[in-house]
Amino acid sequence: MSNSMTLAEILERRGVSRRGFLKFSAGIASLMAMPPSMIPRIAAALENARRPSLIYLSFQECTGCTESLTRSHAPTLEGLIFEAISLDYHHTLQAAAGYGAEAARLQAMEENAGSYLVAVDGSVPLADPGYSTIAGVSNVDMLRETAEGAAAIIAIGTCASFGGIPHANPNPTGAVPISDIVKDKPIINVSGCPPIPTVITGVLAQYLTFGKLPELDDLGRPKAFFGQTIHDRCYRRPFYEKGQYAETFDDEGARKGWCLFRLGCKGPVTYNACATLKWNAGTSFPIESGHGCLGCSEPNFWDKGSFYDSLSATQWGSPANLGAAALAGAAIGAGSAMLARRQQKKAQEKQS
Amino acid sequence: MAILDSIAVSVEHATGNLLPILHEVRHALQRLQDTGEPTVIDLMAIPMALAEESQLEAVLGPGEINAQLDSLGPSEICETGIAGVWLLTHYNADRERVGRFLEITRVPTILESQEADMRRGLTELSRRIGTLEADEFMTDAMNPAAQGDRRNTTRTVE
Repeated sequence: MSNSMTLAEILERRGVSRRGFLKFSAGIASLMAMPPSMIPRIAAALENARRPSLIYLSFQECTGCTESLTRSHAPTLEGLIFEAISLDYHHTLQAAAGYGAEAARLQAMEENAGSYLVAVDGSVPLADPGYSTIAGVSNVDMLRETAEGAAAIIAIGTCASFGGIPHANPNPTGAVPISDIVKDKPIINVSGCPPIPTVITGVLAQYLTFGKLPELDDLGRPKAFFGQTIHDRCYRRPFYEKGQYAETFDDEGARKGWCLFRLGCKGPVTYNACATLKWNAGTSFPIESGHGCLGCSEPNFWDKGSFYDSLSATQWGSPANLGAAALAGAAIGAGSAMLARRQQKKAQEKQS
Repeated sequence: MAILDSIAVSVEHATGNLLPILHEVRHALQRLQDTGEPTVIDLMAIPMALAEESQLEAVLGPGEINAQLDSLGPSEICETGIAGVWLLTHYNADRERVGRFLEITRVPTILESQEADMRRGLTELSRRIGTLEADEFMTDAMNPAAQGDRRNTTRTVE
């Protein structure tokens, strides 16, 4: 399929009507948390959007991010977005291997110099670059070479965004995030372990639609998806505000679906869209399945204490974060956060 | 599944977003009548408990029009019992919900025949007529008897 085809032409070739296109645009608007009044603008922009080239690099990772991305069945919005881009290199998914695969990457870089996107999952080992190589090339060298002619880099998953699990103490490979190596290109961090597939494709949709990258938060994440905490959008939040908590996983509170704060939920300090976009084809998200949020889209989530200790007893968040959660709640919720801060301080004192 | 179902779990919660949405709809309907300005509300952007979603549908009630769209998966486009308030639910081919909107408008845009589709339709209709005419020409050329029959039929009609 030619890279010069517009998205409207691609969809038309697939027999998608204009109504289908409007439906597609409505789904994109909803996905990107844009006001529905933007739907006609999105439709008009997408109609003329051309296929960008995407080079997808996988470094020190578990393939969970790619698994997440391929979990959906065509023709979903995700599937269509991936038809709308030219995925020119992805060594896990592509049929080509060896020299042929690497030649595809180099060809895409040459033909689309200055305009291609690079998606990266996994961190980059610097202690000894030999820990992770592709076709004999170290991750750091391949990243530098590929990033040079890119329009932007999308760091997919917490490993690429913040170092992730390879970066966890004691970090034997010297793992670093992409932003520690590439300094002269725009980088969008799509964190999560793994990230929600619709968030990955939402970023691509934004680029397709408006030809520019989304607005980012102070950790380089798109605000449309990471602008609010899990707690902000959690359907159990009313229980938090009333001070109704599950104390164990099988007590009355757990059965009644009360707040999981005391069971270690990191929702109040975790920025992600799980509570609205959900997982497994929109079925649910961890809290809806009875387990607290692990905070997997935040830096160093692996090293911040037990998943089952409440925020108050771990190294999570600043007192300001806990204060913000408390402010949003009623008196009892606020009391819990103040208690949390005191307990956190005690825990920190104990550790030092 | 039977084992899971046997665990007595009752989740009781409400986000409190039902009434604000209904008021938003009321204002939007008033605006539609006063100025003709339509409004679209993205229901997937607003946290609501399942019970509240059902309550929202119950309050608005069923209306007279239920349309089905089949493009990139099914869509349900229904006017609710409150004229001018439409509920649109889009699914993908796997029946996963990809969008849910309340449109406060006279007719949702997606129901109208679209310019691009009509242009393609005109081209397609011309092609089909051309094919039909070519078939008739070929039939006549190959079978003079049929040509005679059609002349007879035409005369009969006249």
